Amino acid sequence: MTRRELLRLSATLPFILLMHPHPRRLFAAPVQGMPQPRWDRVLMLVELNGGNDGLNTLIPYGDERYYQARPRVAIPRERVLQLNEKVGLHYALEPLMPLWRGRELAWVQGVGYANPNRSHFRSIEIWETGSDSEQILDEGWLARLFEVYAPPSDFSAEGIVLGRRDAGPLSGKTVRTIALEDPQQFLTQASRVSAIEQTSPNRALAHILQVQRELTHAAGDLTRRLEQSSSLQTSFPASPIGRQLQTAAQLLSAKVPVAVIKVSIGSFDTHANQLNHHERLLKELAEGIVAFRQAVEQAGQWDNVLIMTYSEFGRRVGENASIGTDHGTAAPHLLLGGMVKGGLYGIAPSLADLQEGDLRHHIDYRSLYRTVITNWWGLPATMLGKQDFSAIDCLT
Amino acid sequence: MTLSFQEARHLLARTGFGGNPVEINQLTTMDRQAAVDSLLAGVGQQAVTSPPQEVLSAMPPPQGMKGMSFEQKKAFRQERNDEALALKGWWYQEFLATPSPLTERLTLFWHNHFTSSYKKVKWPALLYRQNVLLRRHAAGSFRELLFQVAKNPAMILYLDTQTNRKDHPNENFARELFELFTLGEGHYREDDIKEAARAFTGWHVALRHGGGFVFNRHQHDDGVKRVLGETGMFGGDDVLSIVLAHPACAAYLTTKLWREFVSDQPDLHEVERLADLFRTSGYHIKPLLRALFMSPQFWAPENRGILVKSPVELIVGTIRIFQLPTKETEVLAKYGRRLGQDLFDPPNVKGWPGGTRWITSTTLLNRWQLLQRSLRGTELGMHPHQGTVIDMAHGPAWITEEGLDTVQAVLTAVPPVSPLPNTSDRWRAVQQLVMDPVYQLK
Repeated sequence: MTRRELLRLSATLPFILLMHPHPRRLFAAPVQGMPQPRWDRVLMLVELNGGNDGLNTLIPYGDERYYQARPRVAIPRERVLQLNEKVGLHYALEPLMPLWRGRELAWVQGVGYANPNRSHFRSIEIWETGSDSEQILDEGWLARLFEVYAPPSDFSAEGIVLGRRDAGPLSGKTVRTIALEDPQQFLTQASRVSAIEQTSPNRALAHILQVQRELTHAAGDLTRRLEQSSSLQTSFPASPIGRQLQTAAQLLSAKVPVAVIKVSIGSFDTHANQLNHHERLLKELAEGIVAFRQAVEQAGQWDNVLIMTYSEFGRRVGENASIGTDHGTAAPHLLLGGMVKGGLYGIAPSLADLQEGDLRHHIDYRSLYRTVITNWWGLPATMLGKQDFSAIDCLT
Repeated sequence: MTLSFQEARHLLARTGFGGNPVEINQLTTMDRQAAVDSLLAGVGQQAVTSPPQEVLSAMPPPQGMKGMSFEQKKAFRQERNDEALALKGWWYQEFLATPSPLTERLTLFWHNHFTSSYKKVKWPALLYRQNVLLRRHAAGSFRELLFQVAKNPAMILYLDTQTNRKDHPNENFARELFELFTLGEGHYREDDIKEAARAFTGWHVALRHGGGFVFNRHQHDDGVKRVLGETGMFGGDDVLSIVLAHPACAAYLTTKLWREFVSDQPDLHEVERLADLFRTSGYHIKPLLRALFMSPQFWAPENRGILVKSPVELIVGTIRIFQLPTKETEVLAKYGRRLGQDLFDPPNVKGWPGGTRWITSTTLLNRWQLLQRSLRGTELGMHPHQGTVIDMAHGPAWITEEGLDTVQAVLTAVPPVSPLPNTSDRWRAVQQLVMDPVYQLK
């Protein structure tokens, strides 16, 4: 930098500070008792769309009632990958076993909410907005969080949505989310759009101009970073989730600044002949995650990523007449990452104490969100409301 | 006083899919009252086109799906999916063909109010029948519409009235009846929902026997219920009457219509006046619409160009104004889905949130891509782009015959963000106007 350039820069500096939407962030000092937000950390949400059968994922193989309830759908004891004397994993999750042994994989058991709703649409809305069963909230839980605690404004985007499902937890009025169903297509399309600085008193027009600014900003940033980063050494499975995880790994290894990446896999809505279908989905998920871990580890980012699954519900304990399972309630979810303390958390819901044929939940799903908000990002979890959803102590 | 060009343009944009100079000029010979009356007089009760035959017969086989192999079931479902797409494509055909765009705008409004989705209902024929019902009463009596919708088979399946039985009441329909269809939150309690649900027990669909409404009195709870302060051995119709008598109902619906047609910031005073009129008219929709379209706020210049076009309005409006040839309207249905409005498949029971929520980074890019492809065919001497959704071989004459000011006034409700280039190339100017952010507004 020449002296003249330096002078020019310093001359504009006060102006930049005035223009900055969040001037405090430039000089953010740790508030007493509250550490600085860890925006270097990324949450990878994996939506198991359709309602994953938790009982055939983390299997209570030690309980005879499981086999009684599912004469045709149960996974035979000898094929279960035993985690302890009570529960074990579906054999299709075999690729995850090294991560389990490396204690990077946590299973949180019996996750759900009170007065469970068995409608796909309503239940996924509950999960994605972070509401009570009877409560209607308009915005996703992450969108609401970022309204109060926004990630730095120079982030490419606050959330990046891969795959075909919608933004879900990342949909809201102010959250900066971009969807990259096809990243190349997005960048090509966005490259034709010119950056715009104008705004307008017309609120609808102001919104459109804002979105245009966000997408040109994100696209410019993504293009630059992806061009500069080296290509991944890892090969990914050709499944849809494999491709999404590959894109996610590319973004992370290019150090694209973002708070959340969302991927999705499905459909887990296994009402009929579920065995082969469920096996394939779990296999694709496990293989994708293992490739993702390898790629992200090579990029030195594994400690900055937390993978977390969610799904609208688990499935009924008893199988149905079509060799499948119907909509149920509580289910286990996994957390995975370099900072995760592997192990089993919570207790497996009892098969002896059912509620209308469904498992009772022991952990409210918002405890997972609390874990992300407070333990991963170091933020207050006030947006979860007055109820006390305690965090799960599964992060180092 | 007769309408100005801008006023006539505004009326067509807000009550239909926009208008070309000829349509706009026709209205400039009328005053507000005459123009509004002529639009309302044109509202029909039936579509002018009909969907493919297979959609009309897309009903469950009497024997059900039992006995089918996995592959057979898969093939069976695929057929239903194809029929659903045909149904979606048909509605676009009707949007393009209708002589009364307001009829379709109203039908779409009610589709977004009394939502039902193919994903849940699963039978395209039932969704078509619901669409017929919504259109028949689109500007008629809300009372009649509500009573019919409550017994509509697609609705019964969509909100689980089908499984609402005496011993296991399902509260889904009762909840949405209060919360989304008539009163809005804050005007009822959980107990009202529980009690009302009992009144609708036994309201079922004879799914394998024609798909009509049946009242199963063995599954009906004929006991005493207490709903919104009233007590009696209520059936479902009684509950609907009680809800309609509630003072919040007219204001709730008027507010929603205001947001659809006037602005996203309802004027509480004016809404109250209109709601009174709606209630005292016995819930007749047409007088309410007339009053709404005659309200000063509807015509206020500051309320022009402040609403975002829905995907349907963008797609249909663009095709209509440029007279773009369309072959396959199923393609339009797919485009609508990409832009966030999958007809007959709203995201949930609340419908499409609409407004500025239509515009995300993805949908904005997709909107621009669609528009760009639509116009690409206009480049003279160039072969229409392969895979072009809408190709325009010959544009309408007014684009080159009218002055640039008029062309701009036709295409955008407010002046464009980027000033028009000083060019004699009219197509370039049109392209720039269509790609300007203000083209997304109505």
